[in-house]
Amino acid sequence: MIRLERRPEPSRLWTGVTPVLAVLLTMIVGGIMFAALGKPPLEAIRTIFWDPLFHPQFAGYSRPQLLVKAGPLILIAIGLSIGFRAGIWNIGAEGQYIMGAVCGAAVGLAFYPADSALLFPLMVVAGALGGWAWAMIPAVLRTKFGTNEILVSLMLVYVAENILASASSGWLRNPEGQGFPGSRNFKQWPAVFNDELVAGTGMHWGVVAAFIAVIAAYVLMARHIQGYNVRLTGEAPRAARFAGVSPVRIVFLCLGISGALAGAAGLFEVTGPAGQVSIDFGSGYGFTAIIVAFLGRLNPFGILLAGLLMALTYIGGELAQLMLGLPGASIQLFQGMLLFFLLATDVFTNYRLRFARRETA
Amino acid sequence: MDPVLLVVSIMVSATPILLAAIGEMVVEKSGVLNLGVEGMMITGAVMGFAIAVGTGSPLLGFAGAAVAGAALSLCFGVLTQYLLSNQVATGLGLTLVGLGLSALIGSNYEGQRAPSLGRLDIPLLGDIPVLGRMLFSHDVMVYASLALVAAVWAFLRLTRAGLILRAVGEDHESAHALGYKVVRIRLAAIAFGGACAGLGGAYVSLVRVPQWTEGMTAGAGWIALAIVVFASWRALGVLIGAYLFGGVTVIQLNLQAAGTTLPVEILSMSPYLITILVLVIISARGVHGAPGSLGRSFHASS
Repeated sequence: MIRLERRPEPSRLWTGVTPVLAVLLTMIVGGIMFAALGKPPLEAIRTIFWDPLFHPQFAGYSRPQLLVKAGPLILIAIGLSIGFRAGIWNIGAEGQYIMGAVCGAAVGLAFYPADSALLFPLMVVAGALGGWAWAMIPAVLRTKFGTNEILVSLMLVYVAENILASASSGWLRNPEGQGFPGSRNFKQWPAVFNDELVAGTGMHWGVVAAFIAVIAAYVLMARHIQGYNVRLTGEAPRAARFAGVSPVRIVFLCLGISGALAGAAGLFEVTGPAGQVSIDFGSGYGFTAIIVAFLGRLNPFGILLAGLLMALTYIGGELAQLMLGLPGASIQLFQGMLLFFLLATDVFTNYRLRFARRETA
Repeated sequence: MDPVLLVVSIMVSATPILLAAIGEMVVEKSGVLNLGVEGMMITGAVMGFAIAVGTGSPLLGFAGAAVAGAALSLCFGVLTQYLLSNQVATGLGLTLVGLGLSALIGSNYEGQRAPSLGRLDIPLLGDIPVLGRMLFSHDVMVYASLALVAAVWAFLRLTRAGLILRAVGEDHESAHALGYKVVRIRLAAIAFGGACAGLGGAYVSLVRVPQWTEGMTAGAGWIALAIVVFASWRALGVLIGAYLFGGVTVIQLNLQAAGTTLPVEILSMSPYLITILVLVIISARGVHGAPGSLGRSFHASS
């Protein structure tokens, strides 16, 4: 008879082991899935996890993509992880990401074709504010009326997608674009183009911001009183209230940070890799970042690694699509499975297995 | 606009949400919050479509969709009930898995047409001049969904098993102390909710659209979750909520087709905005009727 026994404290060893175990399990089950699709499993796994970095022919292109994809994922996941620690479930980061891009791009395009060096920083601020404002809607509704922030933040994703559609086909459309949807291309506007800082690395301002966010989040959560309050609210809400922590402030803090970071991520993406506001701008980073946050154990440095790993699966997935004809959706399933296995193996962090004979009465 | 057609299309657009929401209400009544409704719906949509196209029988498609939804929900059940994972995170994971799985399965079925589900004209009642065509000339799933609402109401309200399910949801420690198998009861409720969500998804792909496109449920699962809150966890409330929402969707689509001065985007976002508004109104009154143990993990310590 197998029985679960609660550990007095979460196991430190298992906290580190579970993500690795989850990745291994995903590889095994994913391999079986690929075999079922009639693709060679080992080759598929190698194409996804190894070739983007070390393939003699493709690595030159795909290695820089690692940072390009990991940047927004890490930036968004860092913000989400702070809220998840406090038990505040912002799952509408995708909407905040879109609104950040739309707001920042709108502010920038209002000054077209200025070439002031101040314009890009201004756009970053506008993007972060756009995402922040979008996240304030669930924050205000939750604190004023007690409305569930999960449902509200998610509904707002669909609203944001419609705003994006109207922006790209209407009020932000390129006046010189012969009526095609999509805004002016920022890549042709050097003053605001978020180009690679060092050629061939994929490092743009958004990636720099992601690294800064990792360190700032570490300082906040481990060294700052507000970070302590956030953790206390998540682990013992009653104790937090007695200690004088205002739940309202925590809600505003968590949703505000995650919204602003997601908005900034959107702005860096729209002025850099994406290049323009277009109808298919929302690429699901806001949802994948949820997986990244959990895979990184809600720990800033863990999220850094998880973001890189998830970026690898994106690039590897594209490569596998190209080389093996693997369906594009299989990588989405792969990422979802990763979260599932992580949550499943997480039981060992808080519980230990006891093998005991069934006692006879 | 023909009022008969209007009522018919409202009922058709409300049915998927009604099915998913009534299932989720039972799950939540047992104290489990499954946020994976969207994932189970879309999986049901693609499985139902694939089976209906493969066999030529829409009813088999619905059955397959229910099984697929239940199977997926049991993954959630094992994780949350035996491995004690966080219900919010696991539900989100279920949605992500479902979206990926459905896109993978469905890539071969884009552009195909499903065999149509015939209308079931109820004799005598269907012959009433206007009302007959309006209310008694639908496909079988519309009636099934209404019957399901009534059955769930009766089950929760009138039967001993329903009472036990509610007890588990209100206070799992006490229910456990009384000797009820909390985990098993919850797994049954989760599977029922998954089957209902699968049926709802299949209704979208087999009747409402009827085609398969990736991501076609477009948030219907999340709206079903909102409707359970709106309904204050009562079966009749779920029915009203789903039909109200169906009404908003149909009116919005008709306005788009009629070409009003309102931009299309404003109209397409209106169902989501109205859902938020309704949630705010409900929560401002104070949430009534949420099961006491909703979303909490249960682990028998001895």
